Amino acid sequence: MQDAGLTNEEIEEKPKLNYLTNGSTLKSWLLTKDHKRIALMYLVSVSAFFFVGGLYAATIRLELLTPATDLLESGTYNKAFTQHGILMIFFFLIPSIPAILGNFLLPIMIGAKDLALPRINLLSLYFYWIGGALTIFALLQGGVDTGWTFYTPYSTTFSNTFVMAVGLGIFINGFSSILTGLNFIVTIHTMRAPGMTWFRLPLFVWANYATSLVMILGTPVVAITVLLLAIERFARVGIFDPAIGGDPILFQHLFWFYSHPAVYIMILPGMGVISELISNFSRKKIFGYEFIAFSSIAIAVFGFLVWGHHMFVSGQSIYAGLVFSFLTMVVAVPSAIKMFNWTATLYKGSIDFSTPMLYAIGFLGLFLIGGLTGLFLGSIGLTVHLTDTYFVVAHFHYVMVGGQVIAYLGGIHYWWPKMTGRMYSEFWGKISAMLVFIGFNLTFFPQFILGYQGMPRRYASYPEELQVLNIFSTAGASVLGVGLLMPVVYLAHSLIYGKKAGDNPWLLPGLEWRTASPPPTENFEKMPVVTWEAYEFGEENGLDVEEARRRDLATVR
Amino acid sequence: MQTNSWVPFFPEQASTFAWQVDALYFYLIAISVAFTIPIVAAVFIFGLRYREREKYATPEEMHGSIVLETVWSIIPFVISMTIFLGGAIVYYNQYRPPDDGMNVYVVGKQWMWKIQHEGGQREINELHVPVDTNVKLTMTTEDVLHDFSIPAFRTKADVVPGRYTYLWFNATKPGKYHLFCAEYCGLNHSGMGGYVYVMSKEDFAAWQSGNVSGQTPVEQGRDLFENKLGCASCHAGGPQQRGAKLEGIFNKEIKLVGGSTVVADDAYIRESILNPGAKIVEGYQPIMPTFKGQVTEEQLVALVAYIKSLSGVADTGGQPAAPAATPAATAPANSAPPANR
Repeated sequence: MQDAGLTNEEIEEKPKLNYLTNGSTLKSWLLTKDHKRIALMYLVSVSAFFFVGGLYAATIRLELLTPATDLLESGTYNKAFTQHGILMIFFFLIPSIPAILGNFLLPIMIGAKDLALPRINLLSLYFYWIGGALTIFALLQGGVDTGWTFYTPYSTTFSNTFVMAVGLGIFINGFSSILTGLNFIVTIHTMRAPGMTWFRLPLFVWANYATSLVMILGTPVVAITVLLLAIERFARVGIFDPAIGGDPILFQHLFWFYSHPAVYIMILPGMGVISELISNFSRKKIFGYEFIAFSSIAIAVFGFLVWGHHMFVSGQSIYAGLVFSFLTMVVAVPSAIKMFNWTATLYKGSIDFSTPMLYAIGFLGLFLIGGLTGLFLGSIGLTVHLTDTYFVVAHFHYVMVGGQVIAYLGGIHYWWPKMTGRMYSEFWGKISAMLVFIGFNLTFFPQFILGYQGMPRRYASYPEELQVLNIFSTAGASVLGVGLLMPVVYLAHSLIYGKKAGDNPWLLPGLEWRTASPPPTENFEKMPVVTWEAYEFGEENGLDVEEARRRDLATVR
Repeated sequence: MQTNSWVPFFPEQASTFAWQVDALYFYLIAISVAFTIPIVAAVFIFGLRYREREKYATPEEMHGSIVLETVWSIIPFVISMTIFLGGAIVYYNQYRPPDDGMNVYVVGKQWMWKIQHEGGQREINELHVPVDTNVKLTMTTEDVLHDFSIPAFRTKADVVPGRYTYLWFNATKPGKYHLFCAEYCGLNHSGMGGYVYVMSKEDFAAWQSGNVSGQTPVEQGRDLFENKLGCASCHAGGPQQRGAKLEGIFNKEIKLVGGSTVVADDAYIRESILNPGAKIVEGYQPIMPTFKGQVTEEQLVALVAYIKSLSGVADTGGQPAAPAATPAATAPANSAPPANR
């Protein structure tokens, strides 16, 4: 505990430069090599994309309030769901946790001054911006209507929309992922502080390590696929279009070879956040540390072997379908292991239900449903009926929103005092967490039933007997929307009016809590030496309970 | 899939394997409940019982437990294997069409389903079928991917340009059921659908006889073969025969130049018309020109049906009909009784 000996009073007495105050010009931000500033710029950009993607979601739900196509025409509706998917997946879900929270915290959590390749880190942000700008440009020009899956031959031959501009945007954005993944792997291997062994790493770091593996192995495949798509569209070389000698199912194989592992790029970091939250807010060492760590790696590896479960009715062979169904069942096991270990961690803990923990508890319930319905869809005989219906839509929203977005929000609330030095309103935080949970379930649970009824996805109109459930879903979406907008308000409010958080508001043992809030540019005053295991809450590890109690009393007065 | 309840929960069961899919669904719901209840209960109970009593308390440390980890790895694995096996069995029933059955040809097109019966009846966005009869759909598309989906029958299959895909069912209940296109296909995707009408056998026979329109697929194929496309000038038997023999080949193994073999199924016949140079039959020269761009998908369906009929695979339900060498003797399919064998 060499590095965090400063108390609040001392900080106030002689204000030191932190990463926010160390340079205020535009140049000092745009040319920064500081991982924390890059993370903050990601936070702003990713949130903007989330907001635009959310607007598309709102129009989709409004259109589906009635069975007829009355609010939007079919063509507009097709563009709305396509652009919702593209923005949310490529520009929100994939970068959110790794590029924001990972970027900010990974070096601090392992006791490093920065990522191993700070300039590459800045380059990855620029790739994200260029890819994002191209995509937004294409949307303003008129958008794209192929679905985020870009299935051929529709995308290569039939669609008259801005397919290639968006494709190029995704292609460029892919390099952002690859570079971030590369950077994380190098950093975790080479930059750990003295004493920070592999099995002392916080599980958030393990999860980001597994994610990075998928990023650098999977993302090049989608880049190649987009390139082939461009070659076919411009040069008329027959690759995917059967009219000129190609095979449309080849595209699906290439696309899902990336896009299934991409699901794990989205959910693994979320699982990492949840491991942190569950353990820290129970003040108890996580149950089965090694099992959680290795299950992340197992998910990353097995995740590459199950892409064919997106193609059970596509015309691939019956035997391929059976093999993919089997492997899909296998990949369910590591997720189950995590679930059990998280639950067991709560046992005999000292559970603090602060806002981040509410998100974590919500995650347990929603991810449970998301995971179990994944079994429905992995069971090949059942999925012939369910595939391409709202059951699938509900399932992946339970995993992506109920899992990843909830974990992301939990993480943002958890590390907000560290990132900004300010505490948000706990009251509004809890209200918003509950609204998100209730609104989410009301939106997506009815869609399971709609899916079993056979309502196909990507439909602008639907049979009248399905309207009641769609009304529930749209009503839920408005609650969810309010719940998601609230943090924008109270978090922004906290930047100015929030009370000072102090270095370690929850008295937690992680390295990020042993430096100032906000941290200085070089993260630590002195290089930390780690002598404790992850998640050890005892006073012998330098957590001064007496001091924290005195501090709490002082703020009450 | 119509029910009159306020919120319909389950679509109607109207095919022979619908109950199997539903049984699997209920099995999975049971498993989900069995997992959810203990986990949610544990979270609630632990949440109440071990709620923070004192700030910054340090509860007793606990490390993992190998026994527990093993148990909760093996149990989910075993359960997931039962789900896999159940799914595999149902899938086998859904995707292995029986040998006998009435054939229907489906061509998807932005944004309609064009359907032709073996009796020559044509329909758009409607499919009339008799109850308690095996029906096999041979499907392709003129443009992009589509998906022929009938929720009440619990089955669907993608329709892929450049190849044939198959779907079969045996409807158990007369009625009117939704037909959807379930694979996104562009602008009017959600309008690409209609209804499947399941009729009693008598009603279906009446519908059939009242709807005779033009040629059957086999007749149409013969017309193309002999007159319009001139296939017969090379493929008809006799001293002038330069093209491969077509009689009796269907579903047989054919020797190719180079020593490999291929099974002459629909896909092979289709490929040989569109891309004749791909697989040359042993003993013949690669002289056939491609017919790509000259035949529509519907004409291809008819040609394949005709060539199948040369092997005695009548279009009236997979039963040997006429002797292989006398294609002209193939009876007009609409004079055959409605196929329900």
